[in-house]
Amino acid sequence: MPVDYIPRIQEKYAQEGFASYRWVVNTTPPPWQPLRQPLTASRLGLVASGGIYRSGQVAFHYKDDTSFRVIPTDVDVAELRMTHFAYDLTDARRDPNVVFPLATLRGLVQEGHLGALAANAYTFMGGIYSARRVQEELAPQLTSHLLAEQVDAVLLVPV
Amino acid sequence: MSSALDITRAVNPPRAAFLDYPLGHTTGKPNDPVLQRAILLDALDALISLTMPGQVKMLPFRWSEDQGWYATAQRGPDDRRPRYDTPQYQTEEDRQRAEATSTGGVRGG
Repeated sequence: MPVDYIPRIQEKYAQEGFASYRWVVNTTPPPWQPLRQPLTASRLGLVASGGIYRSGQVAFHYKDDTSFRVIPTDVDVAELRMTHFAYDLTDARRDPNVVFPLATLRGLVQEGHLGALAANAYTFMGGIYSARRVQEELAPQLTSHLLAEQVDAVLLVPV
Repeated sequence: MSSALDITRAVNPPRAAFLDYPLGHTTGKPNDPVLQRAILLDALDALISLTMPGQVKMLPFRWSEDQGWYATAQRGPDDRRPRYDTPQYQTEEDRQRAEATSTGGVRGG
């Protein structure tokens, strides 16, 4: 059976002294848009929350960091770094593609399975306590950047 | 993508592809590009194959034969780091490179 993370995370927040955490549960149907053309003709955006940054950029901090980074999708994988408080970084640091699948996606574009990648990918830090700040600050900025990238779909890779 | 099914169900995104791997491996195992490619192809197919909002495609890949990692993930000791409020660099060289630039690429926040 897949692991239940919500009770475990709530317990940890309680131990850290936060009031009982009101986990966001979205009951209304999410927006829906069918893909208008085959994947082979689609441009894909990539967004990841594993705390990925490019060497030279300021790293994320661990106390509700709502900032994001812009990383060109032709970046050398050797320049990618990750920092996060909530997952074991060992394998991601060994091979960033396990949390930020840029090389994999570039391969799919080369093979013709995917039309194109957006010029930039967007990364941020998960584990932000305030869902309101994510909704009001972070998500709208990411959305407007992705619209400017003219993507047909977005792959969101959480950790 | 998702590797936390209960969280994904709470979020209720338009589409999701669930990979039942330990956290930190949302798109595969390290240095296994063949597996990573198979995972992503299967996940991206959900863009076409899922027909109703809120569906989750369960990807067929298993982390290990015995799935022994479940026990640690569910009940193991707290392995999270303290919530430091200063940038936590992977390397000291990263810190020096970032501090040498004016904005360090920080957007929003």
